Amino acid sequence: MEPIEIAELIKGKFGSEVKGVVEFRGQISITVKKERILEIMSYLHKTPELYFDYLADLCGVDYMGKKEIRFEVVYHLLSIKYNKMIRIKAEVPEDDCSIDSVIGIWAGADWHERECYDMFGISFTGHPDLRRILMPEDWDGYPLRKDYPLKSDLGEKEWKPFKQVIEIGKKNLVYEVR
Amino acid sequence: MAVIRDLKTKTLTINMGPQHPATHGVLRLVIELDGETVVKCKPYVGYLHRGTEKLGENRTYPMALPLSDRLDYVSSMSNNIGFCVAVEKLLGIEVPERAKYIRTIMGELTRIANHIVWIATHALDIGAMTVFLYSMRDREWILELYEMACGARLTVTYPRIGGVRADVDQEFLDHCYKFTEEFPKRILQYETLIDQNRIWLQRTKGIGVLTAEEAINWGLSGPTLRGSGVPYDIRKFAPYDAYDKVEFEVPVGKAGDVYDRYRCRMEEFRQSNSIIRQCLEKLPGGYVLAADAPGYDLATGPRKKPAPPPPKTEPAADGSPPTPPPPPEEPGPAFEDVYVATEVPKGELGFYFISDGTGKPYRMRIRAPSYVHASVLPKMCEGSLVADIIANIGTIDIVLGECDR
Amino acid sequence: MNINEVIGLEQTSFLFQLLIIIVKIAVVIGITMLHVAYATYFERKVIGHMQVRLGPMRVGPHGLLQPIADGVKLFFKEDIIPVAADRTVFQIAPYVAVFATLSSLAVIPFFDIFYIANINVGLLYLFAMSSLGGYSLIMSGWASNSKYAFLGGLRSTAQIISYEIAMAFSLVSIMLMAGSMNLIEIVQAQQQYWYGMYLIPQFVAYIVFMIAAFAETNRTPFDLPEAESELVAGYFVEYSGMRFALFFLGEYIGMIVMSSLAVVCFWGGWTAPPILIKLIPPLAMVPGIIWFILKVYFHIFLFYWVRATLPRYRYDKLMSLGWKILIPVALANLVITSILKFIF
Repeated sequence: MEPIEIAELIKGKFGSEVKGVVEFRGQISITVKKERILEIMSYLHKTPELYFDYLADLCGVDYMGKKEIRFEVVYHLLSIKYNKMIRIKAEVPEDDCSIDSVIGIWAGADWHERECYDMFGISFTGHPDLRRILMPEDWDGYPLRKDYPLKSDLGEKEWKPFKQVIEIGKKNLVYEVR
Repeated sequence: MAVIRDLKTKTLTINMGPQHPATHGVLRLVIELDGETVVKCKPYVGYLHRGTEKLGENRTYPMALPLSDRLDYVSSMSNNIGFCVAVEKLLGIEVPERAKYIRTIMGELTRIANHIVWIATHALDIGAMTVFLYSMRDREWILELYEMACGARLTVTYPRIGGVRADVDQEFLDHCYKFTEEFPKRILQYETLIDQNRIWLQRTKGIGVLTAEEAINWGLSGPTLRGSGVPYDIRKFAPYDAYDKVEFEVPVGKAGDVYDRYRCRMEEFRQSNSIIRQCLEKLPGGYVLAADAPGYDLATGPRKKPAPPPPKTEPAADGSPPTPPPPPEEPGPAFEDVYVATEVPKGELGFYFISDGTGKPYRMRIRAPSYVHASVLPKMCEGSLVADIIANIGTIDIVLGECDR
Repeated sequence: MNINEVIGLEQTSFLFQLLIIIVKIAVVIGITMLHVAYATYFERKVIGHMQVRLGPMRVGPHGLLQPIADGVKLFFKEDIIPVAADRTVFQIAPYVAVFATLSSLAVIPFFDIFYIANINVGLLYLFAMSSLGGYSLIMSGWASNSKYAFLGGLRSTAQIISYEIAMAFSLVSIMLMAGSMNLIEIVQAQQQYWYGMYLIPQFVAYIVFMIAAFAETNRTPFDLPEAESELVAGYFVEYSGMRFALFFLGEYIGMIVMSSLAVVCFWGGWTAPPILIKLIPPLAMVPGIIWFILKVYFHIFLFYWVRATLPRYRYDKLMSLGWKILIPVALANLVITSILKFIF
């Protein structure tokens, strides 16, 4: 089954959920609402003639100010059996920044969802261990959001906690500070 | 055994890494041990996080290319190729035939170089020291070939968007050919040392078993997946470069244990060698860089759709007629996106680009195989012994630079 | 025949005899230390050449002064004791390691007239000392108050206990053959055969002994207590400077002791096979110490060779090898030896 037919199939089955189908360079993107994402995903995974058993990638995208709904979670699904790839984009609004976790369908989604949470602050309902993964646990902000600065506003100055470390060191006289 | 059950025992929590000789970088595992048995294993990553994705979004495509070297620094050439293939697909650039072949040669050389590092460290972790030095000797050869082609040894940035940076000369081709003639003998040397070694077999057979379904479900890729018997190889599934013009087999394992993954990679040595050989024999002439390959000034103007002439925003200061103001911005750029995966030595390296029409990617997402592979560690390790953790870390072939990005 | 008889000092005073013994101890320790220093050098060279590289080349011609440089470096390194460590035990442990192995040298007959002590329970004494060596690993593993060291210590406890048994059983067959536990008598008893060594009738025991010896000295493939890639350095992970070096000293002396024991019990000690002497009479002129040293060197080379070749065992496989294979084999060998001994 060609990807475009798959898109039609989903459109037929989850008509109200599908917001658009785009083809670019032979790759099909299906934009869906986030509410029934779990159903769509398990349909794609379970249906014998689709059988998207491989979650190639899961990532978030921030369309701040560019699109009506700020975030998108992008799933790249692959069917190893049929060698077909499809892209599902689930729209996640900023004020309700959560989406159902697909970890029950693809175990490999675990760290991808944690990273998406870490980088965009999108929380995944049903994820058993949603923590920051790449950034330190006490990090403020979500680095891959478009409003997160590339450089810190400190410019060339030291990272703030660094000064605190120095202060603590001075206080405890653990070591000489230049 | 009732007596033993009544004993009050406690588990021992051990922190393995980020500084540990066998964690291949800065992977940190918090392990809960009951005697020598692993009860729980929790990997922590991110110690090498450099924000590559964020950096990529703030650079033009050609400028972001060197970032990809720093992902998996033992196979930087493959990362470059992965990046270039993805951007070429996004921009619709047709790569000259010769460049495709050169890239294939480089990609396969990198695969050999990566697997050499893998076999070296994996064997060293398990305790076979000699394999390490035998294989490092041969890696040196490949690095010299890199040096011959592009002057760099580690972070090469030799493939460019639209081709490769420079053509290879006859000297390179001769040396490369000599390498392909000699290398199969070297593979035999590694195999002599460990292939039939009883201790090696005991340490690798039946360890870290993943069934085909599990491996797919966890999103594993590359030889780690193929060891479980899934013949998923992007070079066959979605050929890029010159992979559709060469003949090779995809070695798959059966049992899905450490030994089968080891065998898969050893076979890949041979397959890669044969691919290089075929490419060298078929190498066509011609240019090595597409005419429409983007330059570094990409960011200054709109990337594509030359139909509306590029607005001359800077009027000449000599009193020429005032240029019309730039056309009002379109309501929103049409976002175009491609996800292109390439088969790097470690598995599926996917680049997902979203373009908003400028020279900078709106979103650059890197799907790193090491990241996915590291996430499967708890599944492989829990219930096994401490020594098996080491074998498991080795077998999934991770590089933390790529994992943490 | 003792060296005392040779130089005619049988009737001299106790003090003079003591002096003689002290001189002998000094000679043995001196030579052993020199051997240890150059054993490290040759280990690096031999393994280096096996691994298509050169080994140490910088200090002195062909790196010959490397052991001295290493020694100097280790002596002058800071001796760090972790705050949480049990200081006393932590400090004692490396000395126990060296003491145990050095004391073993006392009963090794280097050649027919040179040994420190000639005791009738030589083999038992050696067993005792090699068990004592295990304590140092346990002590250091425990006292370091580090989890890695602790695991290493536990592994070594289990390993040394298991392999001691196999080793003892393999040597009991030798005792039966020789009818003595005195090492000198064991060597002399081997001369009754034309091939002049127990290696041939007790080949099985020799194999078991050598495997156990590798385990006793914590050498590859049984270096689990220090498993570099798993436990970083195992029981001595917290040690530094001289105390760290002492563990290595203990390991290398242990290697020399085990090689000497193998030579004495299986390879006819300082004697050459009578058949060889008969075929090539000039060989009788070769002093015993040369034979002894050559045989020991061969065994030490064996240690290196194995290290360059084999991966490391896993803990449970090590245990099953020790208990399920080596001990039954050694026992069976013992039973067969006793039956044959009873018949003939």
